Amino acid sequence: MFAYIVRRLAVAIPTLLILVVISFVLMFAAPGGPFNGERPLPPQVLANIEARYGLDQPYWKQMADYVWNVVVHFDFGPSFQYRDRTVTDIIVQGFPVTLTYGFWSFVVALVAGVSLGVAAAVRHNTWLDYLAVGISIGAQVLPNFVMAPILVLVFTLWLGWLPGGGWYGGQWEYVVLPVIALSTSYMASIARITRSSMLEVLNSGFIRTARAKGLPTWRIIWKHAMKPAFLPVLSYLGPAFVFMITGSVVIDLFFSTGGIGQFFVNSAFNRDYAVIMGITILVGALTILFNLVVDILYAWIDPKIRY
Amino acid sequence: MTLRTQLLAGAALAALAGQAFAEAHTMTGPNGETLAENQTFTYRVLDEFPSIDPGLIEDVEGSHIGRNLFEGLMGQDDKGDLVPAVATGYEVSDDGLTYTFTLRPEATWSNGDPVVAGDFVYAWQRAADPETASPYQWYMGLMNLANVEGVMDGSMDPSELGVEATDDQTLTVTLAEPLPYFAQMVTHTTTFPVLQSNVEEFGDDWTQPGNMIGNGAYVLSERVPQERLVMTKNENYWDAENVIIEQVTALIINDENQALTRYLAGELDQTDIPAGQFPRLEEEYPDQAVSVPNLCSYYYNVNVTDSGVEALQNVDVRRALNLAIDRDIIVDNVLAGGQRPAYTLTNWATAGFEVPSVPIAEMTQQERNAMAQELMAGAGYGTDGEPLTLEILYNTSESHQSVAVAIGQMWKQTLGIETTLANQEWQTFLEARGAKDYELARAGWCADYNEASSFLDIMQSDSGYNDSGFTNPDFDTLMFDARTAETPLPLYQEAEQIIATEVPILPIYHYATTFMLNDSIEGWPLENAQDNWYAKDLYRVAAE
Repeated sequence: MFAYIVRRLAVAIPTLLILVVISFVLMFAAPGGPFNGERPLPPQVLANIEARYGLDQPYWKQMADYVWNVVVHFDFGPSFQYRDRTVTDIIVQGFPVTLTYGFWSFVVALVAGVSLGVAAAVRHNTWLDYLAVGISIGAQVLPNFVMAPILVLVFTLWLGWLPGGGWYGGQWEYVVLPVIALSTSYMASIARITRSSMLEVLNSGFIRTARAKGLPTWRIIWKHAMKPAFLPVLSYLGPAFVFMITGSVVIDLFFSTGGIGQFFVNSAFNRDYAVIMGITILVGALTILFNLVVDILYAWIDPKIRY
Repeated sequence: MTLRTQLLAGAALAALAGQAFAEAHTMTGPNGETLAENQTFTYRVLDEFPSIDPGLIEDVEGSHIGRNLFEGLMGQDDKGDLVPAVATGYEVSDDGLTYTFTLRPEATWSNGDPVVAGDFVYAWQRAADPETASPYQWYMGLMNLANVEGVMDGSMDPSELGVEATDDQTLTVTLAEPLPYFAQMVTHTTTFPVLQSNVEEFGDDWTQPGNMIGNGAYVLSERVPQERLVMTKNENYWDAENVIIEQVTALIINDENQALTRYLAGELDQTDIPAGQFPRLEEEYPDQAVSVPNLCSYYYNVNVTDSGVEALQNVDVRRALNLAIDRDIIVDNVLAGGQRPAYTLTNWATAGFEVPSVPIAEMTQQERNAMAQELMAGAGYGTDGEPLTLEILYNTSESHQSVAVAIGQMWKQTLGIETTLANQEWQTFLEARGAKDYELARAGWCADYNEASSFLDIMQSDSGYNDSGFTNPDFDTLMFDARTAETPLPLYQEAEQIIATEVPILPIYHYATTFMLNDSIEGWPLENAQDNWYAKDLYRVAAE
């Protein structure tokens, strides 16, 4: 097992390097640059700004310098758009925000999704099943950019219970709406996966044996059916967790949370090269890490899997 | 990590301060109104500020912040007219080349140091210095300071710039050539003073809360990127006793519909009105929905160079296209936000500008359409001639698209011309338009100072913003003469006539700003066409 983890982490390094190279190529292929505004800058000023950020160097050198700074100094460079902030500042400020609402969204989506899915499977083809399926389809077809304004309309404007945006260091009343808006579609997916895999498990031989032994239903579900039924859900949870904790453009923009999710889009529009790279590396590294975590959990849950 | 701790500490302080302020205030407003206990002002901004350093500010929202944290030589009143600020006044020499500003001795920085003429000298040299690499360096060039060209391209030392401190209270500015509107230009944030010791102590971080020293009516107390920026009253401001609003908060809300909902829920005092919603909101909230002119013009560039299509090099085709646009429909039905039809590049609300009577403005739309058909037939295109398809390029946005669709429809009905729409993401769009890789392209221009040349200069042959590729020596001569003319208005009008005849651009409308403003907030400069507001002039009246 230990050797396996070391091997996987070793493969992660070239994977990240390939990610960096592809991102760099795509970035330089896009027309425009970070300092091309509606008013073209005088050549002298443009040259000065570009020199300040090393953009006057050949592409290969920019890429090599970047990798060197990241690996050796752990320095992700300055933001081109915001002169008084570095990429590290942006991540240090924004990542805790998305981590907070992303983590709670994950918990909500997991608990609600699994409960709905199990309830639907156990009471297959009853009103409970139809209700659970109805809720999860409804949540799936309402994307968060539709959910978010509806939530604000209802809870902020009509009921006046919760603020319509802001973060204020993550006080609970500012976290509730982003969590609901972000978790619903994940919850729906988890519920559907849980339901179908639970149905399959409940029809298998060992469950029939357990029933024949006269075990109570809750015990059959928890003790025997849950573990195997959870495997397909687990492989969905790895990437979903990364997506959630790195935030969502829609949530950040609608709720003004100050999270890093919005930089996925903003930095690309602004050609803020260093921020694009920093965020890409962060998401890439987290994805690799949590895929590994999922694989380890697999081995723990399913004794048939050996690395 | 230190940044976060600072921000949180700032939040706690601001909350405490807010309470203390609320108790202290039971005075009356400038016109004897009873003031509300709560003297805070919260408004929405679209996006995070690229910079709040006066020398680097490049966007409208950043300059609102700059005007509250800093104060320039001159300010503007509620109509946009000049009022004294740090300078009590100025004198101009007979040749118009030397401006002498007298600074008020009581002006201080937020740390208590006096504001001296040398602070302006430092700020101006810094903004012009290519080392600073300011995206607004060109503004110093626009001010026509002596030696500015040399300083900007690095061939001269910044100390040779035509600005010097004769003594602490006297700032002497030398221009390369007379500029009748020079005094208007020193209301702009790029010309605001900065404290050399402060900038040098913290480097790029000097604009962080806690570091930043300003001379405006407010100090920066909190800044959470992409979330909010909070400013509190500067007790060291020379006129602090007349400043009523105690705290100004800018909330960054990207989605304008979301901002409107939060305004209606009472979280904001001011927010922009999303496109097309003004008529409905004006009916529902007549005391809160506001439409004011805005010194910007919306037009289409016509690529008149060889890289465009041949038909557009024919002036009759351009005239016909220009005539066949029914601006009233665009303004009243498509946009519906208080905009005005445009037949000239210069915005009608520009100070000292009277819209010349260009022929097209005098006609009815039937007459325009008839004339357009005649011209187009003469050129041999359209309904009875060669089929013509033109491409309209615009940066991706729903409202640009609606305008383009409407205009395409008008051209098809009136002239039998087909149009295709091409939208591009902003950076790609700028590159295509700048490289003249287009046929017709959407454009918008906002005045940098309240004078007609701020619009017309962009059509000069050598202007970097002349995306139409228009060259006309007569036009250039008029603009050159206007710089030194006693009364430049007739020259500007003549220049507009040339544009109306040659049609390198199709003016479409003059912008208006529409926004919701809480009806308890008074003192908003509704007649300032540049929308330059100062929080120190605002106050909140008590509910009756």
